[in-house]
Amino acid sequence: MIKIWSMKKDENAAARKKPKTSAAQIRVQKDLTELDLPSTMKTHFADPADLLNFTLTITPDEGMYKGGTFKFSFAINTNYPHEPPKVKCTQKIYHPNVDLEGNVCLNILREDWKPVLNLNSVMVGLQYLFLEPNADDPLNKDAAQEMSKNRDQFLSNVKISMRGGRVASNVYDNVLAS
Amino acid sequence: MATLVNGSATADWPGRYFHIDQILDKPGPRTDPGFAAGAEAPFLRDQAKILVIGAGGLGCEILANLALTGFKHIHVIDMDTIDISNLNRQFLFRSKDVGKSKAIVAADFIMQRVPGVEVTPYFGKIQDKGDDYYMQFNLVICGLDSVEARRWINATLVNLVDPENPESLKPLIDGGTEGFKGQARVILPTITSCYECSLDMLNKQTAFPICTIANTPRLPEHCIEWASVLEWPRVHGDKKMDTDDPEHISWLYKTAASRAKEFNIEGVTWSLTQGVVKNIIPAIASTNAIIAAACCNEAFKIATSSAAYLNNYFMLIGTDGIYSYTFEHEKRADCPVCGGESLDFPISMEVTVEELIDMLIEKQDIQIKKPSLSTPTRQIYLQAPPQLEQATRPNLEKKVSELVPGGGEVTVTASTLPFSLSLNIIYN
Ligand SMILES: [Zn+2]
Repeated sequence: MIKIWSMKKDENAAARKKPKTSAAQIRVQKDLTELDLPSTMKTHFADPADLLNFTLTITPDEGMYKGGTFKFSFAINTNYPHEPPKVKCTQKIYHPNVDLEGNVCLNILREDWKPVLNLNSVMVGLQYLFLEPNADDPLNKDAAQEMSKNRDQFLSNVKISMRGGRVASNVYDNVLAS
Repeated sequence: MATLVNGSATADWPGRYFHIDQILDKPGPRTDPGFAAGAEAPFLRDQAKILVIGAGGLGCEILANLALTGFKHIHVIDMDTIDISNLNRQFLFRSKDVGKSKAIVAADFIMQRVPGVEVTPYFGKIQDKGDDYYMQFNLVICGLDSVEARRWINATLVNLVDPENPESLKPLIDGGTEGFKGQARVILPTITSCYECSLDMLNKQTAFPICTIANTPRLPEHCIEWASVLEWPRVHGDKKMDTDDPEHISWLYKTAASRAKEFNIEGVTWSLTQGVVKNIIPAIASTNAIIAAACCNEAFKIATSSAAYLNNYFMLIGTDGIYSYTFEHEKRADCPVCGGESLDFPISMEVTVEELIDMLIEKQDIQIKKPSLSTPTRQIYLQAPPQLEQATRPNLEKKVSELVPGGGEVTVTASTLPFSLSLNIIYN
């Protein structure tokens, strides 16, 4: 058997056993403690000991969604950062890029995710959706169509939906409360 | 072939290892300086204990190769049972074995076929086993199709390395195939680049934009993803999808097929559905055979010092003709498993968490600003976000010795560190 031990370099000889903390756990700790969020975004941990599941609240201070409070759940699995976090909107909202089940169309949450991205990039990306909704990548087709065809009607629908009103056949959640 | 009753034919017959002994009985130009002519064969046959992880496409080949090159103490782990679709390439299994444990059937088959070889199966997960189990082996070979399992065994073997104990360093030989492509590599935990160091080389699994899936499906895969990503949670709520459950696959298949019909898309089948949701890339028997052979060749060379072993990454590309490339993959300083720094940190039992943080900030040689600290089981102090800072703030006044046992590890992250620093807390 090859004597592998003799190949350990001196500096390595001092190396200790690494902690059993998983790579995902360390990376999430790093991401969260280095978050650089504007005052319009806040994280909330239902269990502060569990860093892998939390809520993000976005309160846009400009744009057509100004005044609303939008909530997203984040669920991170042990393959993070090789898999993106799973993010869902926990409210029923009227938005071209969010469907009625809370699925979000944001490229870095799926096809364009890379391990060099982090939680900060995802959060900034989500906030951007409220400033610049994108009618070209629709998840709520009706909202997207309205947005590109009749912008005034769309803006009015946004206002109605945010109050918890009805747009077409759907009643949306009131996001002005809280 | 003569029928041998299991267990009765442990004696070797003359000339059994004639060809292999040509290599082991005398040194050659490529033998390692530590090569001991005549002593390597007994080590290989009597002492060397090797663990094979995975008894699937690669595992079957690996087990056969090891047994035939003279390894006699082989252990094999696999959590899967035999599926009828395995039979075309996983040649240790027969129709009568469908539904049985891959590890157990493979072990029995090898013991029947190659006299004197002892194969010990374990039908279960690698995660069921602890450090004591992995310590007993000289070498570990992986033939897995799961990134997660590979990362786990890689991290476990890196963590197993104890600076006081040379026996704790277990070479890991990792084989992997994807269609006509494959790789074999030798990982010497803490010495060479590890599996985690190279994770960014993985082919990313294709993901389609969610809005394409939702609105403009063009491919059968789009319909299947629609069923699994959007319809499953909508219809089943929090019930988790189990890609190993045929009923779940059937539901996805039916849902995807009706959507495909609606959009005039052809090609949604049961097996494509299973392939897409499990991210299956067709396995090719010949690729498995080549990669398994490369892995077993490395195991043999390392176990016998008979030739220079692979340094450290062999890549096979069989998609257009045959191309192979060998290179040294470099260790990453910021690898979360084998990289990062580790420091012995002697402190008194009286030091508080706040004082420990000040000591870290003042340490000239590590340049840390705003460190966040945790142990494998709890957070000690996190600088942000505000809620977590508040929740962990009471710990600042506590003594480190109340939170971390002697010899315990503290993981430190900070924006100024490439990844993390681990402190080995020693009380004086
Ligand atoms: Zn590494």
